[in-house]
Amino acid sequence: MAITSVKNLKEFSTSNDRFEGAHLLCPGCAHSMIVRELMNCTDDNLVISTNTGCLEVSTAVYPYTSWDTSWIHIGFENAATAAAGAEAMYKARKRKGTLKNPDAPVKFVAFGGDGSTYDIGFQWLSGAVERGHNFTYICLDNENYANTGGQRSSATPIGASTTTAPAGRVSYGEKRNKKDMLAIMAANGASYVAQVAPNKWKNMAQAFQKALSTDGPCYINAMSACTTEWKFDPKDTINISDLATDSLAFPLYEIINGTELNITYRPKNVLPVKDYLAAQGRFKHLFKPENAHVLEEWQKRVDEKWEYLQRREEARV
Amino acid sequence: MSNVLSNEKRGMRELGAEKKVGWNEVTHGVVLHSFEDDAADIALRKAEDRKYSEFSSYTATVASWRVIKPVYNRDICIDCQNCWVWCPDSSIISRDKQILGIDYDHCKGCGVCVEVCPTNPKSLLMFGEALSSDDAIAQWPVKEKKEK
Ligand SMILES: Cc1ncc(C[n+]2csc(CCOP(=O)(O)OP(=O)(O)O)c2C)c(N)n1
Ligand code: SF4
Ligand code: SF4
Ligand code: SF4
Ligand SMILES: [Mg+2]
Repeated sequence: MAITSVKNLKEFSTSNDRFEGAHLLCPGCAHSMIVRELMNCTDDNLVISTNTGCLEVSTAVYPYTSWDTSWIHIGFENAATAAAGAEAMYKARKRKGTLKNPDAPVKFVAFGGDGSTYDIGFQWLSGAVERGHNFTYICLDNENYANTGGQRSSATPIGASTTTAPAGRVSYGEKRNKKDMLAIMAANGASYVAQVAPNKWKNMAQAFQKALSTDGPCYINAMSACTTEWKFDPKDTINISDLATDSLAFPLYEIINGTELNITYRPKNVLPVKDYLAAQGRFKHLFKPENAHVLEEWQKRVDEKWEYLQRREEARV
Repeated sequence: MSNVLSNEKRGMRELGAEKKVGWNEVTHGVVLHSFEDDAADIALRKAEDRKYSEFSSYTATVASWRVIKPVYNRDICIDCQNCWVWCPDSSIISRDKQILGIDYDHCKGCGVCVEVCPTNPKSLLMFGEALSSDDAIAQWPVKEKKEK
């Protein structure tokens, strides 16, 4: 695999963009930070599928495309299916000797939102991973169905106010806990699983490069701070992301072959999770006295998860 | 190299300015080619060495989204590339590890680049869209004292 150097940011900045501007994502949207970095961290040819969601509708506005690679748009549940199908056909044609350029390195990548990944495309993703296709699935996790106006998904965390689980007089918003997609994908047989965030650009690029050079299905959960639905100023996307990783609301770790768990980022000073929550409109109501127990619950869950990850890392399981 | 910052060669069009095609006139299974030539080695070519087709959004502009714009001050910049990596609109132009400037055809004025700039004073600041870059640089703040 032709890897771009990510030793430091200066070297990485000599890579060439393959994701173009004048897409229609909101100002400050993290989706594009993640996608552009994935495309810049290799020189290999890319075949990318993207299902319906903010990324797809904003980057393929007929008659425009923002993609400088082979790119397939497919229905909401089928990012994994399209990438798996293209990969299977590529292998078959290679075997039959009908490829125009059989020696060109190609990588298969699928992008889906959390709504499509955690909920609606879950079964198809699971099938593609089970079949062992050689592809990387990247979930752009903004913890809601952003493109249709901010409905809750099973990636929405407790206490968030969404249009289908709004906070108000009788409710503090989302009641359920976020689904653990990384554990599910690792158990599903993914060769490599990682959680990444764009503010930790190097950590993210290294995970992308590991996934792209791993033989077998890989799953990456990329935190994508959403200025519109998380309700923060567009300039603060990286600031909010820093609060997320440094409060361990989004711990960064990887799981290799379902068994070897490594924590890939340890904040020097761990921040209280309320600092992260206070910076976003979707959690504003949690700071009313009657919702103090939700803040406590949030911190408790973050602490327990961190404890669990550290125990697994130590035990090498 | 500087022509990467000039928009003349791109034949910029405002998004949506083209003739609208009704939903029932769009070709089924349409394929849009981003380049006019063979794109096999595109990952190895810089924007100025590519032949973008009229279908690439690179040839379009979203400049009208902005009400405020970032202005870049070369004198203070340390070329750390923070603004390059985090710009969500591929609008910080960097070549040979140096920042050349801002692509105002694709910048939406989010202000992320200003937030992530580590210098003191910052090498990027937001100004009203109508102010010229020269006037903005003339009113650049001086070094801020660290709060104790
Ligand atoms: C089968 C199906 N159900 C519903 C929709 C409507 N729809 C389009 S985008 C979207 C939300 C996408 O949410 P997510 O996958 O989280 O991506 P995001 O927009 O948040 O990036 C929905 C519900 C659809 N296109 N297809
Ligand atoms: S709604 Fe959120 S995810 Fe969608 S384009 Fe806007 S910021 Fe990005
Ligand atoms: S204001 Fe936003 S879009 Fe414009 S250059 Fe800065 S980061 Fe990029
Ligand atoms: S973030 Fe600031 S110092 Fe760093 S390259 Fe950009 S303008 Fe220069
Ligand atoms: Mg989403």
